Amino acid sequence: QQIQENLNKQLLDNLVSFLSRSHSGFQEKTTEWTCRMKFREIPTAALVLGVNVTDHDLTFRGLSDVLQDNITPYVALLEAKDCPGIKNLMQKLMGQLMKCDIVVDSLEYEDCVQVSQNKIPCSMPSLISWYDSVTKKTDSETPSKKKNSSSRHWQSPPVVVIFKDMESFTTKVLQDFIVISSQHIHELPLVLIFGIATSPMIIHRLLPHSVSSLLCIELFQSLSCKEHLSTIIDKLLLTSRFPFKLGEKVLQVLINIFLYHDFSVHNFIKGFQLCIVEHFYSQPLSVLCCHLVDIKKRVYSLSHDQCENIRRLPSFRRYVEKQDSEKQIELLTNDSFLKEETEKLLEDLHVYHENYVRILRCLHVFTSSLPKYPLGKQIRELHCACLENRLWETEEYESSLQLARMLNKTDLVTMLQQCVEILMSSSGKEFDRAVEKLKEFLTQFQNLEEASQERDVSASPQKELQKKTDLYHLQKTLLELKESRRSKKLTKFEMLRFEVVDYIDSLVRRYLVPADERTLHEVVYFNAAAVLRGHLNAAPRTALHTALNNPHWYLKNQALRCDGGGISNKAPDICIVYKLHLECGRLINLVDWLEAFSTVVMAAEEPNADAASSDQVDDVIHARFIRAVSELELLGFIKPSKQKTDHVARLTWGGC
Amino acid sequence: MPNLEHPAYPAADLLHLEGLVPCRESQVSTLLSVFGERQQFSFPSIFIYGHTSSGKTYVMKTLLTTLQLPHVFVNCVEYFTSRLLLEEILIQLQSCSSGTGQTSPVHCDTLNDFVRLFKQAVASQELRDQTLYIVLDRAEQLREMEANILPAFLRLQELTDRNVTVILLSEIVWELFRPNTGCFEPFTMYFPDYSIGHLQKILSQNHPPEYSADFYAAYINILLGVFYMVCRDLKELRHLAALNFAKYCEPVVRGEANERDTRKLWKNIEPHLKKAMQTVYLREISSSQWERLQHDGGEPGQLKGLSAHTHVELPYYSKFLLIAAYLASYNPVRTDKRFFLKHHGKIRKTNFMKKHEKTSNHLLGPKPFPLDRLLAILYSIVDNRVAPTANIFSQITSLVTLQLLSMVGQNDQLDGPRYKCTVSLDFIRAIAR
Repeated sequence: QQIQENLNKQLLDNLVSFLSRSHSGFQEKTTEWTCRMKFREIPTAALVLGVNVTDHDLTFRGLSDVLQDNITPYVALLEAKDCPGIKNLMQKLMGQLMKCDIVVDSLEYEDCVQVSQNKIPCSMPSLISWYDSVTKKTDSETPSKKKNSSSRHWQSPPVVVIFKDMESFTTKVLQDFIVISSQHIHELPLVLIFGIATSPMIIHRLLPHSVSSLLCIELFQSLSCKEHLSTIIDKLLLTSRFPFKLGEKVLQVLINIFLYHDFSVHNFIKGFQLCIVEHFYSQPLSVLCCHLVDIKKRVYSLSHDQCENIRRLPSFRRYVEKQDSEKQIELLTNDSFLKEETEKLLEDLHVYHENYVRILRCLHVFTSSLPKYPLGKQIRELHCACLENRLWETEEYESSLQLARMLNKTDLVTMLQQCVEILMSSSGKEFDRAVEKLKEFLTQFQNLEEASQERDVSASPQKELQKKTDLYHLQKTLLELKESRRSKKLTKFEMLRFEVVDYIDSLVRRYLVPADERTLHEVVYFNAAAVLRGHLNAAPRTALHTALNNPHWYLKNQALRCDGGGISNKAPDICIVYKLHLECGRLINLVDWLEAFSTVVMAAEEPNADAASSDQVDDVIHARFIRAVSELELLGFIKPSKQKTDHVARLTWGGC
Repeated sequence: MPNLEHPAYPAADLLHLEGLVPCRESQVSTLLSVFGERQQFSFPSIFIYGHTSSGKTYVMKTLLTTLQLPHVFVNCVEYFTSRLLLEEILIQLQSCSSGTGQTSPVHCDTLNDFVRLFKQAVASQELRDQTLYIVLDRAEQLREMEANILPAFLRLQELTDRNVTVILLSEIVWELFRPNTGCFEPFTMYFPDYSIGHLQKILSQNHPPEYSADFYAAYINILLGVFYMVCRDLKELRHLAALNFAKYCEPVVRGEANERDTRKLWKNIEPHLKKAMQTVYLREISSSQWERLQHDGGEPGQLKGLSAHTHVELPYYSKFLLIAAYLASYNPVRTDKRFFLKHHGKIRKTNFMKKHEKTSNHLLGPKPFPLDRLLAILYSIVDNRVAPTANIFSQITSLVTLQLLSMVGQNDQLDGPRYKCTVSLDFIRAIAR
């Protein structure tokens, strides 16, 4: 659907802008580099990107686009798998550079390049001569059409070569390339960019000192992927812009895959897109999942069946049960009344989201600075907790409130200010009162400052304490102090602090209701975590095991349904062979196996066959057995063994 | 100091040459006597070797250009195939013979073609009565090209029947070149390393015009005092000298010290140079960053070097996989049962013994282990259950591409691939935290 496409596009836009931001600092530096070429060093940027290799593709594409737009038309992206030798590397490099040139230059140049491309020997001098010709051309032809392009790039734009995955390049190729290009650095302003996934130490490991001394390396660290994820979640889930929401379990699955497995933001987004598709595909009411403006139109175009669907939603039924009987009947029978009600409910839901996000952020301000983070450091953890169940009933929330009651004043004031800012940014009137209240708190804190002198007086017993050095007296005074503390009335500040925390608590109770308690939450929340897990967490071994052990699962044939651990003889041959092999040890005797196989198969065909025929196995069964065994070998369960004749070795163990 | 003299060349040129190649007078005079006069046939091939930056390339280049001998200069790393190499020689030959720089594309696939084309190129010109020199820099690359290239170059004079001398420059000794089929033995010559005195002399030679030679020489003296212990590479030293000179001059520019006040200057520059040794020399921070630092006068502490970023972020299971791989690489198989069986009480006891064994195992280096063992250890060290999903398996391969693990014996994928863990104990410690 178009909403979804829209979303994807916005997503990519987000990402690209995000990347360009992180690389903007880098571009400024390229300008500086070209100025200083007096040493024979190749300016090099080492880009540390983290281990999420799948994301790098996007990063580099974005980077090269940005470079092409702002700095130089000559950007080449090299991948290790294309460059097993220096020759391939040069070929690839020249091919890419000359192609970029075509893009920039006019058409008339194109054919001439294509003709010569086959002939040109792939060496540095030809590259240099090409570069000279191109730059000269742009110089001479500046006035007319290339005005805009050459004003963006400077007189001799550098040639940027990006090595996507530094780790996979062979040492020799890199060394040779660097040595060669350092010879020609005066004629060809080359800039190298290394994409590094692990740590910059790899440069030293790959290149000997004689080579790395030819480089002038500067290090750039891209944002860690965790932060990247936080931004994505922030932008996608914690806004009211997109009507589609993820349920708690689904979000948990996605985040787990991210944290436990691949750190790949790209995969996270893919998973998110899958959720969208799945939601719109499986939930008939997902038509209603749209922006607020469209709701009215869509609600009124609902058919009778769809109305029935609404009535069948569990959350809606709960809602109906709460109403009085008249309204119940009306809701259950009258379609148009239902539509009105639905519209109202959806609007409620929308408002709820807006409020939810705001208050969530406020709460996050509080909890993220508590010691030990009982509610998690990141806002996504808080979000998950809120979605899961009523936040205020959890133990963590209790403990975090306890901690919040012990915050010192400066922290509290800054937090309150932040909260006010967050709430102010909302357009609705909902929070006007809350803002006022918070502001009131702030002014009260201000007033407290003036009253602080009084508190100094009350602190005098402590000063006394310092004077006394005698151990016995010390103990005594400490006990006294304790007594007095307990009985002492709370100071003004403490009172106020309690008030603030209580107020926040009330806000939380009011706005952070878990989403599945809201009516019609099914429309916008996608909650089928099991489906998603099945799609994203491929388990090839388990799938194979089920297929072979329980063919009914995939073939949907009633006859194949087997009960208990017995081996059904109706199952396909390979299943029988597989089950028999599960019972064997590391080495399997083929003759025994065949024997067992034929017993199982024969049991089906002629249950009361006489024993005389059994010592001579039927040719057909023999052939079937051999085929099944070779199929197993193909699947990688067994392999022929050289240790013993007529034995095969098992390759898999349990583990499924 | 032997003064260069040779009857065939004008004395002024020789004097100029002597100025250009300090500390290499004896080598140059030997070369000149080997070359003989312009029209005389010289030794067919000369092999010159010496350590990095002992001036081989530079001496040859200046010698040939100042005396205006016809020559071709080719770097074998740059022209990585024999075809490229031969074509480049021919192209350069054309330009040096015609003198106009007008070249036409040449096609030369085999050495046979090369000899034919070479004869043509030489015969047509006035080159006939002069010795032509072909210099092959980084000649060790020739060994990796076709087998006939090196022997053919060594006796090119004989093959082409022309007055030509091939000079090979290399960093390794001739014994490593000699092909097992035997070949013509070249005239070998050794360029010894520059001594500290030589370095001092050479570095002081190109002092910046606005300061006196003595001042610069004093600076070089200090520089060498700091760096000579770790670095004798002339190029590297010159680079460092250029980088740090501005700092050295600072007190003079500010007027706090005059050029003679070496002691004061020394005090100023010495800690600075030491810092440079730790950072710039090792390329921890780039020279441009270093210059910017000098400009701002800031502390280099704020700029973290390359090796400071050793921390690697890994996904949760990748960490465990790597730790499991490490354990599998460095623990013998027989101890697996002891370490990873489910008895929790025992583990604490055995931890102590593990350390004891490690010392010897670390000296032996990592051992290969099969995939099954890796997974078995993984299951036992991860607390909760791990499903053997495709994600886990793909993580193993991605660890291989990151060069944290390496695959051993790539004969058959189905045959139970074997891996090796290539990271160090420190790395594992950092991850395990």
